[in-house]
Amino acid sequence: MAAYFIRRVFGAVLLLLVVSAVTFAIFFLVPRMAGQTMDQLAAQYVGKDANPDTVAAVKKNLGLDQPLYAQYWDFIRQIFVGADYKFGPDVQHCDAPCFGYSFKRHIEVWPEIVSRIPVTFSLAIGAAVIWLISGIATGVVSALKRGSFLDRFFMSVALAGVSLPIFFTGMLALGVLTVQWPIWSDGINYVPFTESPLDWAWNLLVPWCSLAFLYSALYARLTRAGMLETMSEDYIRTARAKGLKESRVVGKHGLRAALTPIVTIFGMDFGLLLGGAVITETVFSFQGMGKYAIKSVQDNDLPIVMGVTLTAAFFIVFCNLLVDLVYAAIDPRVRYS
Amino acid sequence: MSEVSKEQTVGTPAAAALGEPVPAQRSGTEDTFLSVRDLRIHFRTDDGLVKSVDGVSFDVKAGETLGIVGESGSGKSVTSLGVMGLHHAAPNARISGEVWLDGEELIGADPEHVRQLRGQKMAMIFQDPLSAMHPYYTVGAQIVEAYRVHNKVTRKVARARAIEMLDRVGIPEPGKRVDSYPHEFSGGMRQRAMIAMALVNNPQLLIADEPTTALDVTVQAQILDLIRDLQKEFGSAVIMITHDLGVVAEMADKLLVMYGGRCIERGTAEQVFYEPRHPYTWGLLGSMPRIDRDQTERLIPVKGSPPSLINVPDGCAFNPRCPYADIPKDNITRTTRPELTETGSGFGSGHFSACHMSQEERTRIWTEEIAPKL
Amino acid sequence: MKTRKTTLLVATTVVLALGASACGGSKDDEGGKGGKGGSAAADAALTSIVNKSEKKGGTVSFEMSDEPDSLDPGNTYYGWVQNFSRLYGRTLTSFKPAAGKEGLKVVPDLAESLGKPSADAKTWTYTLKKGLKFQDGTPITSKDVKYAVERSNFAPEALSNGPTYFKAHLVGGDKYQGPYKDKNPAGIASIETPDDTTIVFKLKNAFADFDYLATFSQTAPVPRAADKGAEYVKHIVSSGPYKFSSYEEGKGATLVRNENWDAKTDPIRPALPDKITVRFGVKQETVDANLISDNLTVDGAGTGVAPATQPKVLTDPKLKKQTDNPYAGATSYIGLNVNVAPFNNIECRKAVQWGLDKASVQAAAGGDPKGDVASTLIPPSVAGYSKFNLYETAGNKGDEAKAKAALAKCGHPNGFKTNLSARSDRPSEMAMATAVQASLKKIGIEAEIKSFPAGKYFQNFAGNPSYVKANKLGMIMTAWGADWPTGFGFLDQIINGSAIKPSGGNNVQELNDPAINKMLNEGIATTDTAAREKIWGEVDKAVAEGGTAVPLLYRKNLLLRPASATNVTVSEAYLGMYDYLLMGSAK
Repeated sequence: MAAYFIRRVFGAVLLLLVVSAVTFAIFFLVPRMAGQTMDQLAAQYVGKDANPDTVAAVKKNLGLDQPLYAQYWDFIRQIFVGADYKFGPDVQHCDAPCFGYSFKRHIEVWPEIVSRIPVTFSLAIGAAVIWLISGIATGVVSALKRGSFLDRFFMSVALAGVSLPIFFTGMLALGVLTVQWPIWSDGINYVPFTESPLDWAWNLLVPWCSLAFLYSALYARLTRAGMLETMSEDYIRTARAKGLKESRVVGKHGLRAALTPIVTIFGMDFGLLLGGAVITETVFSFQGMGKYAIKSVQDNDLPIVMGVTLTAAFFIVFCNLLVDLVYAAIDPRVRYS
Repeated sequence: MSEVSKEQTVGTPAAAALGEPVPAQRSGTEDTFLSVRDLRIHFRTDDGLVKSVDGVSFDVKAGETLGIVGESGSGKSVTSLGVMGLHHAAPNARISGEVWLDGEELIGADPEHVRQLRGQKMAMIFQDPLSAMHPYYTVGAQIVEAYRVHNKVTRKVARARAIEMLDRVGIPEPGKRVDSYPHEFSGGMRQRAMIAMALVNNPQLLIADEPTTALDVTVQAQILDLIRDLQKEFGSAVIMITHDLGVVAEMADKLLVMYGGRCIERGTAEQVFYEPRHPYTWGLLGSMPRIDRDQTERLIPVKGSPPSLINVPDGCAFNPRCPYADIPKDNITRTTRPELTETGSGFGSGHFSACHMSQEERTRIWTEEIAPKL
Repeated sequence: MKTRKTTLLVATTVVLALGASACGGSKDDEGGKGGKGGSAAADAALTSIVNKSEKKGGTVSFEMSDEPDSLDPGNTYYGWVQNFSRLYGRTLTSFKPAAGKEGLKVVPDLAESLGKPSADAKTWTYTLKKGLKFQDGTPITSKDVKYAVERSNFAPEALSNGPTYFKAHLVGGDKYQGPYKDKNPAGIASIETPDDTTIVFKLKNAFADFDYLATFSQTAPVPRAADKGAEYVKHIVSSGPYKFSSYEEGKGATLVRNENWDAKTDPIRPALPDKITVRFGVKQETVDANLISDNLTVDGAGTGVAPATQPKVLTDPKLKKQTDNPYAGATSYIGLNVNVAPFNNIECRKAVQWGLDKASVQAAAGGDPKGDVASTLIPPSVAGYSKFNLYETAGNKGDEAKAKAALAKCGHPNGFKTNLSARSDRPSEMAMATAVQASLKKIGIEAEIKSFPAGKYFQNFAGNPSYVKANKLGMIMTAWGADWPTGFGFLDQIINGSAIKPSGGNNVQELNDPAINKMLNEGIATTDTAAREKIWGEVDKAVAEGGTAVPLLYRKNLLLRPASATNVTVSEAYLGMYDYLLMGSAK
C-alpha cells in the first residue's frame, strides 16, 4: 500500500512538471515558433509608446531576454525558493510558493490566486454535495424502478440537464430569480463564508443548483447505468439468497460497486471545478479561479496564466491522486495489481 | 403466515388440483420437506413471453438429494431461484404454482417472510464463486453478514461462527483466511467458502446450482464429497442442479430431467440411470464421460440446440431434435403435447416420462439400441 | 495597449445624428443654461455646463467596461485616466474645466502661471504656488515634480505604460537611467530645481507646446519616499482634492476628500462630491443601464454607450435629451503609401481623393452619429484646426469625372489594382474598408482588402515599411487621436518623416516631405500661440495637397448624462469625455 502510494505521488508530481512545461511551451515556445519575437512579447506589457528602449527595458526586467530553458527553470525554481523582483526603487521578495509577478497588474500572482480559491471552492464543494446526493439518489431510484414513470421522468429531466448548457440554465435562473420573481432581489453576489455563513449559502444557492443541475443529470445517468449493471451481478443474487433486506442489497452490495466508476469521474470533475468553474463564475460574476483564468488569457498576462493553469492542474492531479487512493480503499483488488 | 397458506391445510400440498400426476407422493408424510407443484415462471420481454419454467412439480425429503438435470436454458436454474423466491424482484416475472417448504406455501406468501426463510431454512450455492461473492468484502465479512441477518448476535460471535464454518468446509488457517478477499482464494477454496456461507445457518434445504462447473476435475470431486458429507451431518435436503449427469450419478437419490422448461423424465436415480424412458435422457447418458470406453465408440449425444422458450410451439418440444421423431405413433398429431405418464419399471413405481412413443417401443429401443452402446 | 492608437477610438458607438452643429461654437455662455437637468436638450453639454451646481456633497460614481492601464499618474497613457487623475494628482498646468472651446485652454495648476519659455523655446520655467501640500500635510516642492517626471519617463522597466515625451525632449534624456537604477538623488541634470518652488526644464529642441506636456499626469508630484515603483498605484499620495481610501487592482477604487488640499490654491477644481467611487470591468450594457436608471453618475471610459443601448436611447425622447454626441478628437483616414506603386504618383493619389464616396463610408461606419465626413486630418476639436476641403464633391459622394481625369494623368486611365489593409477585429473599420472598396471599383481601382489583427497591426503589418513594400499595401485604413489637443500633437506622429520607424510607426503613408517636416519643426518653435496654431492648419493643407492621406471621418461618441449628474460639460481637451473635475452628483 505504501509503495502504491509513493508511486502515485511520484507520478502526480511528474505529471505536474509535464503540465507546467507544456503550458510554458504553449505560451512561450509556440508564439516564438509562429514568428513572434521576445520583443513583441515584451511590447504587450508596454503602453502605446512602445519605443525600443522601453521594450528592451521591460524585456530585460521580465527575463524575456534569457534563453527559454532558463526562463522555465526560473519559473519552477521560484515556486520552491521564491524570487526577487525589481519593479521600483527597491527589490521586492516574493516568498515561496512564488508563481511570479504580474507586471501588468503590479501584483504577485500567488496571493491573487489564493484570494480566489475560496470562491471557487465554495462553488465547487456546494455544487458537488448537491449533485452527488441528487444525482446518485435519482440514479438509484431510476435503476430500481427501471421502466417506470418515475424512471422515465427522471431520465427526461436528466437528458435536459445534460443537454442544456450551463450558461443557459445559469442565465435563466439568474433572470428568473432576480428579475422575474425577485427572490434574490439584490442580485447574486459572493459573500465570504467567514463574513456571514448564511449569506454565503443564500447567494451560492442559485449557482450551486445551476452547476449541480448539469452534473446531477450526468451522475444520475451514470448511477443508473452502473446500478443496472451491478444489480444484475451474481453477487447481488447471492446477497438476496442470503436473505438480506432489499435496502441492504441495494445500499451495501449494489451501490458500493456501482459507485466505483463514479468516484473516478467525480475525482476528475471535481478537480476540474476546483481549477475554476469558468462558465458558472462568469454567468454569476463570481471572482473565482475560472473567471480569473479567462481574464488573464484575455489580458495575455502570462505569469497569471501560468499560475492559474498550474494551480488548476494541481487540483486536477491532486483529486486524481485522491481518487486512486480512495479507489484502493474501495476496491481491494486494486491494491494488488 | 401468509394469506395463501391460510387457505390451505398446513403441510398438505394441493396435489389434487394439478393436472399432472404427482409421483412418489406420500401425502401428509412429514419427511417431505420441499414440495413443488406445477411451478410456472414466465418472463415478459420485448420479444415475447418467455416460459422459462412451465409446469414443474417435484418433492424432496429431508436428507434426500434431488438432481435436476438439463442443458443450459432448460429452466433448471430458474426453477431453483423460483423456489428461493428470488424472482419476485424481477418486475417482468409472472410466477404461479405452489412451493411448499416445511409446510408453508411460499409463492403466495409475504415476500418479507420468504426473505427471512432465505439463507436460514433454505440456502443456495452458485456456479461461479468468484462472481457470486462480492469482490469488495472479505470472505469473513460476507459470512458474518449471512449469519447476522438471521441471528441476533454480536460481530464477534458471528466472526467466530464464520471461522468455525470455514474450518468445517476444509479451509486451512481459517482464522487468517477469514479476512481474505474472494480474489485471494483459489477456485476450490472460494467454492468451499461459498458453501460455508450457505451452511452458516444450518439450512434444511440446500440448493446447489452447478456447484462444480467452474472448477477443475479433482476439485470437483472434493466439493461434491464435501456437500455429501455436510448433507449427512446436517441432514439437509439437497437439490443439485447440473447439466452433467456424472455429477449427480453418485449423489442423487432422485432425478428430474428438464427440457424446454418442462420435466420430461423423473424418477429415482436407479430408474433414470438404468431404465431411462426418454430419448433426451438417453442422449444425456450418452454424453457422460466414461473412462472405460473409447471416445469414438460412444453414442453420439443430442444434436441440435435447445429450443427457444419464447412462443414455444405446441407438441413435443424435443421433437425437432428427436432421432425417433419419424417412428409412426398412433393418434398423435404434431401439436399434441406429451404428458408425463408413469412408466412400468423394474425399479418400482414413481418413474415418469413424457414421450409420444409407446412404452414397448421405448423399452425396445433402450434395450436393443442404446444400452449396449453405453 | 497593444497599438499606439488612442484606445478611445476603439469602441465608438454613436446613435444620434447631429451633423456639424456640434462644433458650432458656444451659443450660450457657461452659466446661461443649466440649473435644471431635465430641461437640458440633447448636446447641451457640448456648449454649456448642464445642471450647473456649486452644491457640495454626495457621491460621484464612475463605472467602465475597461480597466485602466494604471491609475498611477506616472504609469498611464489612457485618455480617461489623464482626465480622472486630476482629482488626486495636480499637474503643473491643466486644461480649463469649461464648456466648448474654452476647455482647450491650458491654465496653470500647481504653477502660478503658465511656463515662461526662453526666446528659443528651449528652456521652460515654472514657479509653484505657495501652500501646496500632499495628503499627509507635507509641502509639495519642485523636487517632487521633478521626481515624478523622472520616474514616469526614465524607468520603463517598472513603469512602462506612459508616453516618454519628456525623455524625448529633455537634454540628456537618452543617457539618464532613471531614479530606480541611478541612485544619485540629484537626478537628471536638465531639470533644475534651484529652490523648492522653481522648476526649469531644458530641452534639446525648441518646443512651444511644452505647456501641453506640463498638463500630462506625469507632472503630478510624487514624494520619493512613497514611491514603490509599479506598486505605487496601490498607495498613491494625493496632491488634489481627493485621496484614495481604497484601491483594488482590476476592480475599482474609492476616493474621499483630502483635508490637506487647499481650495485657495486651486481655482479650477470645484470639488463638489464628498466621495468618488470607480468600478472597472463592468459590462458596458450594465453601465448603460445604470446611467439610464440614474444609479450611476458617469461612464468613466467616455467612449459612449453600447450598440445594444442605442435603440433604447434613440426611441425615448426623454433619454435622447440626456445625450451628447461630441467629437472624440480623432480622425479615421486612409494612408496612401508613397513607396507602393502607383501611389508614388500624386495623380493616382488624387484619383482616390476625388473618386472616393465618403458618404458611403460614413454610412458603413454607422451613419452620421459615428462621425462627420472629414476633409482634414486635424479634427475640429483640436487646437489648430482649419476648415478646408481641397477635394470637395457634391454630397461627399465623389466625383467620377475628376477621378478619371487624375487616373489618366497618372497613366492608369482604366484604373489599377492595389491592396487595402484594415484591422479584422474592428468591425467598424472593416465595414468602412468594404465601402471604400466598393466605391473605388466604380472608377476602376480594384482594392483587395487585407485584414490583420489589431494587436499587431502597426508592429508587424501596416506600420512595418518592409512588410508594406513586400506585400504592396498601397492603402492603409487607420485612425488617430492626439496625445495632446494641438495640431502638432496630432500631426507630428503621423506625417513627420522622423515618425517613420522600422516597426510600429504611425506614419503609414511613409510621408517624408522636407517642406512639411520643416513647417512642423518651425511651428513647434513658435512661441506665439495664435501664430503657431495657424501653422498647423497650413501643414494640414500641405498634406492634403500631396494627397497622401484620405480623411474619412471625424469620430464622435454618444454619451449619456444621467439626471442626477450635475455640472456636466464635455471637455474637448480630453477626447470629448465629460470633464471629471467639474462633475458633481445630486445623489
